[in-house]
Amino acid sequence: MTKEHKEKSTGSKSPDRREFLKRGAALAGGLSLGTVESAIGQTPPSGGNILGTPELVGYGKRSRFETSVRIPHGGRPSPDAFGLDFHIAAPLQESVGVITPSSLHYMGTTRGSFVPDIDPEEHRLMIHGMVDRPLIFTMEELRRLPSVTRLHFIECAGNRANRRHKTVQETHGMTSCAEWTGVLLSTLLKEAGVQDDGSWIVAEGVEEVKGASSIPMAKAMEDCLVCYGMNGEAVRPQQGYPLRLLVPGFEGILSVKWLRRIKVVDQFYMTYNDYGHLRQESDDAALAMQIGPKSVITFPSGEQKLPGPGFYEISGLAWSGGGAVSKVEVSTDSGRSWVEAEIRGTAHPMAHTRFSLQWDWNGQECELQSRCTDELGSVQPSRAQIAEFWNQPPDQPVRVRGQDNSIQPWRVESDGSVHNAIS
Amino acid sequence: MRFLKLLPLLMFLGISAQAQSPTYGVGRTPSTEEIRAWDISISPTGEELPSGSGTAAEGEQLYLQKGCAGCHGITGTGGLAPRLLKRDAGPSANPWALGRILPIRAPYATAVWDYINRGMPLMAEGTLTPDEVYSITAYLLYLNEVIAEDKVLTAESLPKVEMPNRDTWAPLPEWWEPGMPRLPGYPY
Repeated sequence: MTKEHKEKSTGSKSPDRREFLKRGAALAGGLSLGTVESAIGQTPPSGGNILGTPELVGYGKRSRFETSVRIPHGGRPSPDAFGLDFHIAAPLQESVGVITPSSLHYMGTTRGSFVPDIDPEEHRLMIHGMVDRPLIFTMEELRRLPSVTRLHFIECAGNRANRRHKTVQETHGMTSCAEWTGVLLSTLLKEAGVQDDGSWIVAEGVEEVKGASSIPMAKAMEDCLVCYGMNGEAVRPQQGYPLRLLVPGFEGILSVKWLRRIKVVDQFYMTYNDYGHLRQESDDAALAMQIGPKSVITFPSGEQKLPGPGFYEISGLAWSGGGAVSKVEVSTDSGRSWVEAEIRGTAHPMAHTRFSLQWDWNGQECELQSRCTDELGSVQPSRAQIAEFWNQPPDQPVRVRGQDNSIQPWRVESDGSVHNAIS
Repeated sequence: MRFLKLLPLLMFLGISAQAQSPTYGVGRTPSTEEIRAWDISISPTGEELPSGSGTAAEGEQLYLQKGCAGCHGITGTGGLAPRLLKRDAGPSANPWALGRILPIRAPYATAVWDYINRGMPLMAEGTLTPDEVYSITAYLLYLNEVIAEDKVLTAESLPKVEMPNRDTWAPLPEWWEPGMPRLPGYPY
């Protein structure tokens, strides 16, 4: 038995438990005997066994050897001195596949928010304003309506890489992707009957600041979801339990959490959320709304270390607010030449898409980059291309306008260490 | 322009008779009182503003009484919470140089009123009366030299306050439709 198991067993007083532990010990003894005599070469697990508990039977948890965690993003603590959560970044460097586990999904709030503790029995969604039939729904009623399940990323407008960032969690951790289940917003709006002048909606949450965002009606009717499900279970409290709006491909602040009210209106409402994301120039405003084609290599990425020359699978995530990813290219020579990467799985519209490239590292210093093309034909730009397009002075830091979808360079040193190569 | 944007929707509603009447009949009709109680949205034109009034002098008192100063600092700066006093950027400065500070950058005074009403003060959100919100709004606008000290803010006067950032912000694109690139002519 391991030390941990012994400590646990001395803490237990229940006869049933003692009996169970005795049998467990006998089993463990049998196993260790087996390691000596077994003809088939079985060895015990390196860390011993995980003792079953009612909690683990009820709701499982990851191995204690998995330590990947989220971190506060952007220099402001979460939780802060008031207990408010602000921005929390997902550990993309350890991600595999395209789903961000709900516990690791990035989180953002506007001013910093408490996470409300909402009884779903008490929760209501109201739709009103410029509609023929104002409606109020219980959670149970929403679940009766036709549902959809879709993979979508959500990305914060604050997901902007800079040269001071060290890891991909710092450069790109304010994006995540989950499987979302709910009712199409258009289903609810049609049920209420949008009037001719209804050109915007204002969506509002139930948290203490009642965070609200204005969304154009064309988007609201297109593909927005009112979600109660996330990755096969209820939406997590930090993600808006019991109900959140999802505005696919648009900046994350529009995907209002703890959704309680949708008002159909005839103008942009300039809410506090809206005000916080105002832009001075119309090009910036346009580039800030829908997220452009974007990708990042998650392995090898900043602060990781390759043990030596040889074979590696370069792996990363690509996504676009303009639809599905159609192509990802990888460069191992600072963007001079590009090789098309393989898409792993299906590229879903407005969803993280895993790509990979087989690579034999020769042990020499090099720079890795990835470049996404989306179904609209838009291509992820390098920072130099952005500067050139907008005629920015070459001697000044590049200003990425709107949402930052610039190419992320990682420099691999000859000792195998990997560093952010944004200059 | 707005009509053109709605045209596809109108055409869709026009050809689908079902869409004009409820398809599922799930959910109930809220009462007028329920809607009024829930609807805290305030538009830039201010039609939802409740009656009431307030001045900077009253707001200054409330700023201390309601604990605003505890987080935002006695003079609107120096606290743990976001700064409420514009930065010193010189007399002819572009309003954007004054900082991302609600009572100076917000293009409409209604946005200031709305946020104080819905989100302040911390731990007692939604407890301020309309008069108190008008007063604190007046105080913050006076502090930032947007209105005169004796200005009385009401449902009528608040939307007419000329914020320095009234016309220097870029609206979201009216031309956007689903399936469009984010900026025509921009390859990225």
